[in-house]
Amino acid sequence: MPAVLEIEGLRKTYKSRRRGTRNALDGFDMRVDAGQVHGFLGPNGSGKTTTLRTLLGLIRPDGGRMALLGHEVPDALPTVAGQVGAIVESPQFFPHFTARDTLSLLAGAGEVPAVRVDEVLELVGLRDRSGERVKTYSLGMKQRLAVASALLKNPKLLILDEPANGLDPGGIREMRTLMRTLAESGMTVVLSSHILGEIQLICDSVTIISLGRRVAFGPVDEVLAQHSSGAVRIRLEAVSDLPLATETLTQAGIRVTGHPDHLMLAGVDKPASVTRLLAEKNLYVSELAPIAVDLESVFLELTATAPVPGQHRQVDESMKVGGTGQPGPAGGGWGA
Amino acid sequence: MSLFRTELRRLSKRRFTRYMTLLGLLVLAAVVVGVFFTNQKIDAGQLAQAERQADQQYQEQVRWSEQERAACEQAKTAGTATDGRYPDDCSMITAPSRDQIEASWFLPSTFDFKETFAETLIPFAAILALVGFVIGASFVGAEWSTGGMMNLLLWRPKRLTVLLTKLAALLTGILAVTLPAAVLWFAGFWAVANFRGSTEKMTSGVWQSFLLTGVRGVVLVLVLTTIGFALASLGRHTAMALGGVVAVMVVGQFGLGILLSMASVRFAEAWLLPTYALAWMTKTVTLQDWNSCNATYYGECKPATMDITWQQSSILLSVGVVVVLGAALWAMRRRDIS
Ligand SMILES: Nc1ncnc2c1ncn2[C@@H]1O[C@H](COP(=O)(O)OP(=O)(O)O)[C@@H](O)[C@H]1O
Ligand SMILES: [Mg+2]
Repeated sequence: MPAVLEIEGLRKTYKSRRRGTRNALDGFDMRVDAGQVHGFLGPNGSGKTTTLRTLLGLIRPDGGRMALLGHEVPDALPTVAGQVGAIVESPQFFPHFTARDTLSLLAGAGEVPAVRVDEVLELVGLRDRSGERVKTYSLGMKQRLAVASALLKNPKLLILDEPANGLDPGGIREMRTLMRTLAESGMTVVLSSHILGEIQLICDSVTIISLGRRVAFGPVDEVLAQHSSGAVRIRLEAVSDLPLATETLTQAGIRVTGHPDHLMLAGVDKPASVTRLLAEKNLYVSELAPIAVDLESVFLELTATAPVPGQHRQVDESMKVGGTGQPGPAGGGWGA
Repeated sequence: MSLFRTELRRLSKRRFTRYMTLLGLLVLAAVVVGVFFTNQKIDAGQLAQAERQADQQYQEQVRWSEQERAACEQAKTAGTATDGRYPDDCSMITAPSRDQIEASWFLPSTFDFKETFAETLIPFAAILALVGFVIGASFVGAEWSTGGMMNLLLWRPKRLTVLLTKLAALLTGILAVTLPAAVLWFAGFWAVANFRGSTEKMTSGVWQSFLLTGVRGVVLVLVLTTIGFALASLGRHTAMALGGVVAVMVVGQFGLGILLSMASVRFAEAWLLPTYALAWMTKTVTLQDWNSCNATYYGECKPATMDITWQQSSILLSVGVVVVLGAALWAMRRRDIS
């Protein structure tokens, strides 16, 4: 599958006279294949918006290369801009124009036929309110308008930065359906978000970013499989055998967490080996269940942003790949 | 071309543009109406009456100066101290000659097209230049501050093209208001002169000179519009451009004026921007230095003068536009947009 979006080693440093420099992007890589809905995940301040801005030529990178639809950007941006619809960060529009005027001016600037304006207004559900000034819109309505403006070009690649922001549950669900429909019609959608349930539901693949570097990527199920970290729950026929089982398994190099009526194991490659080890000691397993992980736990683990009781996590305290000091096991997780 | 047309549409859709234009045109109309009502036609009777009043004034002056001379000589011969009331030489007290008292002083104000029209082009240019400046600043400033510029750049990534097209649309819009307004201004004052003054002695040379002044006025409007646009684009905010210009005008110009006069710098006005705008419109502004004295053959004392010409002003305006617009374009190319 051809790559619609490619980023390699992207770096962006913000310099401020007072606060010194900040590496918002620190050698970030990303790849999105055609026809996918791709989730772009990361905690606040991890560099999602910076990545998208750089990609769209709004800010200048300090290093690395990027390509959109097979063209190197920013040089080829004028060529590809007509095929890339995007919203970046919170939607902003001139507040005194109506939604229709706003879209019609964009359509004029981009040489898009005027009928398209009505089509996209219908698509995002703003048809009946399109004659009102944007100033009077709610956040969710502005978000819909932003999506409409991105769809106006009928793009090959749609980039949405936190599109679910401010949407009501119905709106989120509609957005989800819309994304799927668009993807089925052949559009590639890149979706930045921190609402993980959403991403897991609609995305084919994900890229997870933390402190300006990629920490995981690939199809959703692969990422989940890679990071399920072999967590297994076992129960024995007799609860009194649990201490012996703990000892046996620990000796075999498996990390064990004891619970009153069961054990949690981590780092198990083949569940069968657990059964064999215990059977050798005449311990009989009554239940052996690999624990399914969800994207949220993987995200929390990879970015080390799981909440720790009694601590207030600050925005930049997240996982740094290749940095010093691996974070400890995420609270309530299954250890790394 | 589509971008240009779109920007023109955006400009005319904005309420600020509409209100400011309307306000500017209303002020211009008020000036014409005001001039119309404060002037009147002079007929032969009024002229004769004014001549009589001038005669009368002359007679009074003569009488008064003779009285004073007599008093002076009397005081001299009596030897009483006059504490400087009279000159040493009593013959110096003379009446003005008849031709120094003009009949026109006794006439109500009248609008002579040939004499007065050129002056009216100065407020015309000034008002429209102000309107252009404010509209230009708000047009691009609001785009920056509301994120509209960012949205547009997602569609048209060539930043310089976008900014220059916006400027071109703005100047076209301003010109589309200024040119008809100028025609109406000419027509309005022609009518005023017809009904409340005179349109006599208009030669083609005079027309040509008026036309050139009008063209210079339009250029001034476009220059100030461009500067307002460029300043607001640099500051990314309308308020910045307006605040900036207020700061320059008030603090810079007033302060500088006060400072220069305290330091008794010669030709202090030569350092003030409005002098150059005036010189641009009137072709020359002659500054005088009242502290100096150039004796003439007649023993009079003439102040030293300095001419500021429209050519000098044109250099100043060009440099201003190039520097401010250049900076705005450079910033547009370089900066991160967030
Ligand atoms: N204009 C800026 N100047 C300085 N720092 C910035 C700027 N924009 C973003 N940053 C910093 O860069 C980092 C990444 O920000 P961003 O890409 O907006 O994160 P997010 O993933 O939440 O979208 C943050 O630490 C942020 O503070
Ligand atoms: Mg963001």
